Amino acid sequence: MTAKSENPSGLSVLDRPNSYIGKTVPRPNLDRLMQGRGLYVSDVELPRMAHVVYLRSPHAHAKIVGIDASAAKRVKGVISVVTGQELAAVITPWVGVLSHMKGLKSAPQHAIAIDHVCWQGEAVAAIVATSRAVAEDAAELVAVDYRKLEAVTDMRTALDPETPVIHASLGDNLAFERHLDVGSVDQAFADSDEVVEADFVFGRHTGVTLEPRSVVADWNAAEARLTIYQGSQAPHMVQNIAALHLGLRDDQVRVLCKDVGGSFGIKVHIYADEMATYALSKLLRRPVKYVADRVESFNTDIHARDHGCKGRIGVNRDGTITAFEIDDLTGIGPYSMYPRTSAIEANQIVNLVGGSYTTKNYRARTRVVFQNKNVMCQYRGVGHPVACSITEGLVDLAAMKIGMDPVEIRRRNLVPDDAYPCSSPAGLKFELLSHHAAMNRLMAMMDYDALRAEQAELRKNNIHRGIGIASFIEITNPSAAFYGVGGAKISSQDGVAVRMDASGSVICQTSISEQGQGSESLTAQIVGSVLGVPMDRVRVILGDTDNTPYGGGTWASRGAGIGGEAAFQAAKVLRSNILDVAAAILQSTPAELDIVNHQIVNAGDGAVRIELSELARIVYFRPDTLPPGIQPELMATRHFVPRQYPFAFTNGVQASWLEVDTETGFVKLLRHWVVEDCGTIINPQLVDEQIRGGVVQGLGAALFEKCIYDERGQLTNANMADYLVPMSGEMPDIDVGHVVSPTAETELGAKGAGEAGTAGAAAAVANAVNDALAPFGAIITEIPLTPQIILTALGRI
Amino acid sequence: MTAHVSVSLEVNGEPVDALVLPRTNLADFLREQLQLTGTHVGCEHGVCGACTLRVNGDIVRSCLMLAVQANNASIETIEGLSDSGEIADLQAAFRDRNALQCGFCTPGMLMAAQDLLRQNPTPDREQIREHLSGNYCRCTGYQAIVDAVERTAQARAGKAMPEQMP
Amino acid sequence: MKASAFSYARATSVGNALELLAAHGDGAKVLSGGQSLMPAMNLRLISPELLIDIGDLGELRGIALARGTLRIGALARHVELLNSPEIAAHAPLLTEAIAHVAHPAIRNRGTLGGSLAHADPASELPACMLALNATIIVRGQAGERRIAAADFFTGIYETALSADELLIAVELPTASKDSLHFFHEFARRHGDYAIVGLAAQAIMRGRMFADLRIALFAVGDRPVLAAAAARLTGIAITPELLSETAAALAGELDPQEDQQASADMRRHLAKVLLVRGVSTLLGRPELAGVLA
Repeated sequence: MTAKSENPSGLSVLDRPNSYIGKTVPRPNLDRLMQGRGLYVSDVELPRMAHVVYLRSPHAHAKIVGIDASAAKRVKGVISVVTGQELAAVITPWVGVLSHMKGLKSAPQHAIAIDHVCWQGEAVAAIVATSRAVAEDAAELVAVDYRKLEAVTDMRTALDPETPVIHASLGDNLAFERHLDVGSVDQAFADSDEVVEADFVFGRHTGVTLEPRSVVADWNAAEARLTIYQGSQAPHMVQNIAALHLGLRDDQVRVLCKDVGGSFGIKVHIYADEMATYALSKLLRRPVKYVADRVESFNTDIHARDHGCKGRIGVNRDGTITAFEIDDLTGIGPYSMYPRTSAIEANQIVNLVGGSYTTKNYRARTRVVFQNKNVMCQYRGVGHPVACSITEGLVDLAAMKIGMDPVEIRRRNLVPDDAYPCSSPAGLKFELLSHHAAMNRLMAMMDYDALRAEQAELRKNNIHRGIGIASFIEITNPSAAFYGVGGAKISSQDGVAVRMDASGSVICQTSISEQGQGSESLTAQIVGSVLGVPMDRVRVILGDTDNTPYGGGTWASRGAGIGGEAAFQAAKVLRSNILDVAAAILQSTPAELDIVNHQIVNAGDGAVRIELSELARIVYFRPDTLPPGIQPELMATRHFVPRQYPFAFTNGVQASWLEVDTETGFVKLLRHWVVEDCGTIINPQLVDEQIRGGVVQGLGAALFEKCIYDERGQLTNANMADYLVPMSGEMPDIDVGHVVSPTAETELGAKGAGEAGTAGAAAAVANAVNDALAPFGAIITEIPLTPQIILTALGRI
Repeated sequence: MTAHVSVSLEVNGEPVDALVLPRTNLADFLREQLQLTGTHVGCEHGVCGACTLRVNGDIVRSCLMLAVQANNASIETIEGLSDSGEIADLQAAFRDRNALQCGFCTPGMLMAAQDLLRQNPTPDREQIREHLSGNYCRCTGYQAIVDAVERTAQARAGKAMPEQMP
Repeated sequence: MKASAFSYARATSVGNALELLAAHGDGAKVLSGGQSLMPAMNLRLISPELLIDIGDLGELRGIALARGTLRIGALARHVELLNSPEIAAHAPLLTEAIAHVAHPAIRNRGTLGGSLAHADPASELPACMLALNATIIVRGQAGERRIAAADFFTGIYETALSADELLIAVELPTASKDSLHFFHEFARRHGDYAIVGLAAQAIMRGRMFADLRIALFAVGDRPVLAAAAARLTGIAITPELLSETAAALAGELDPQEDQQASADMRRHLAKVLLVRGVSTLLGRPELAGVLA
């Protein structure tokens, strides 16, 4: 089911000649990345640049009794050794709370720990030297006297009275708690034919961006300006926060992001060691470079999704799901992350569970507790993967209980495609979704019945394959409802300034950012389409707070929907301005003219009237030849912010087809499918590739990834050999299809697509494994599904 | 005791004489002393593949090789393979298929892909996945990369496929 | 992480390398392929004062066949073993096993000698040496020693090599025409260290094993030559016999528990590998399911 958006201006991008909207075109400027000529932060070299290494606590919880850096300072090549106390004179601490997360509390966090370290890996001193190697040598000579404290490492007992409280000022280890009770849950369960319960366990994992977090901070004392080179998803947010805590004005800080080696949310947060690096540059009055090594990355990049959740589902024999209930517990780090808070993931889980279904009875509780482990915060998909795994896992359990096919039970309970607009029990407002159209599309793509037949046949030969289905909803294009309402200086709007220069080149400056998903391309495609110029005449500038409009950046799948709409509107204005000038030059009217292929043409017969480059020449160099009174304006800026819906929800459904070797517990992923409805698609290939990349991160979560902490709070697998990320040998091919339900809130109609793949992939795999093991009566509700776990569930070991 | 050592080598066809500390690895030497930053560092324990380049024609992990070991060797980095045109068709296929997103794994991935095609000009998809199984990519999920390598192999074998939409 | 500072010496001969080893003892490490040494140094798990680079020593290269024995120099790189026609002809177990060692870029640099001297219990080549009844030749300033593979691997990263000796070469008896081999390992991802692995070399007489050497790796602190294999030689193999042998094999093992698997799981997987290996060697697929 598709819907065309109403278009008052009469201009539909879909109708434009040579429109790039909906076209797969290669991204511009890939050559430099393919030739190794990109500019990642770790490539940046500045005069007198120094390197910083952070000495990190080996203990999960300890008092810092004293630090003796005298031997370290004597090492040749060491410029300075700085403690938390010393750095506090330059940079103020922060607290990661937002007022709309009621009751969320957290303790102040310093750029470098003072007195008290709260996780293994927290920085306790900075060693600045002429090279990373020398700084590491000197770090070994810094003597820190720690008094070990008992570590809080089990979220299940974090709130027990006997468990030490990590921050005495907070009174307990509870960061946040939320309750939701909608409808008549107890009555619904009591009246149900069946009630099924399960305990869901999710492995803590992390982003493992191939380029580690890297910063070059350059304080120029003479200009009183700080330039920060950083691969941040939200450059203006970094500008604002760096200025705030360093006692500067925003305009004294410039944030530059050129090429970023992967982020997925990892690089959207504010990290203590990065703040310390800014402060060190200011303190030492020279550029300072910090590049996390891989071990540091595992220990300090945000972790995510460490949840244990009890789930219940009520179902009647006719397949009607009567109620959902969850009781979720998550153990974050010792601080709520700044500024987006570590309560968002849990909050989203409460909001999203059951959200695809018509079920009106829903009760939820979540508790977020502090632990002496690495900090935790938003990572691709945020709460969606956990919410989807719980919901879809429960739905499959309900189906199993009443002997119904898992697709059939979903067909009977997914919100109908003609029910919109509507709201979920948790209060989510849906404009237009397409659960059933997506499911139909999926069934056709995967030939569901044929796979079921194949499964049955192979079972006779003791070969166990499974099919897993996962339906999901996805938050995109967030309004200020996400962060702004809570007091965070995180912009929910974005802006694009577009101009035509003297030779007819089009230059766009956009406030969204690029980490490889195609922000530059979508901007050029939109502007080129609206203006009527080829993409190769459009240059996009992003990732520079000095040279772009103010905006939120790229995160929460908002770049295309929000930044794209700003580009669309700005290009419309520029087009109109160009036609005004053209009409004056040609003694015509704007309505009789159009711009096609970089030329002004008659709207009627398409005859070429004047080249755009010629028009530009006249505007910039020969305005004396223009009719009197005209002041040409070949530059336009427009911002866009979602006003009507707090989020533009998308929906999709995924399926996994896999084989379990029941003798060894090994899982082979045979194929994966995704049907996604993200509204208007600007570049089909880029959208599909976002989905594929997202799916594989979810497959990693399903089978491989887990940060393994011991009871002392030591991260025991902080390296690439022991933390298992998905590699090419084990991943399946992924088929992607689409339904298109544009949002009417924008002319473009685009919603987001960046996180959808991750939202449902693990749920689909988990359901497929349980489906494969159904003959054995084994049900597993824990990920990652390692061979050990599967063999144990099968009773083989 | 840990004095600089003199090395003579060839990098992308150019002779280089340099003084290196014994502990400097080949990746850091190329990036920092020669400013060839196309070779990336992702883990320094030989697992991620971002640092893959060619030494005497063979792909190696440059983070696991010392610059001093490269004495008298011929090193080819991604910049060299690009400028010589050797992988132009592979790069075009990567571009058309969007087999790169952030680009950080791409130099190493192109090195490994070209290494495969030189040894096995007509690999099937499983063989492609296997040869690339030591190169970590977090963005693409690998399928686009496999597609691009497969198409390049087919084109080189003279069986160019019509342009396919993914 | 950047390695700590060290001195570097490029050995000009085996004798020169031995002099340096004798002079520096535990303070020196031999650099051959560097594929195990360098990660450890980059992580600062070890910080030797001196690296002795033996990469230039031609005497340690080469794969040669002489008098029914295959001699492989310590500096033979994994990729050379993989592509060697002599090894494919006379020790095909190695050809198959090498394909499981890490990834192409690692195999281009890693050496046989380095792998054996490093003696990671989860690695493939030590187990292959056991299965192939190899002799490991080491040299010190006092002269050469020939050590049976069965005596060479003494613990986790521990061998019979002393600190002032160098591993020079490996000698393997060539496979007879009645030889068969089997190799398999269970690993989470392609090229990862095995969770459990098995390398087997058999000599057939008709449809029975005349000789059967089964070496398991990642099952303890060193590769294990399964004593239980003796139960399967010179006898017709029934499902019951195979099942009992698997149980006996599990009883021989004292596997480690780690993040990938418990000891029980390793014993279980070792049994599965044995059964699948024997079933494949005999060409009897019906035997593969005896553990079900």
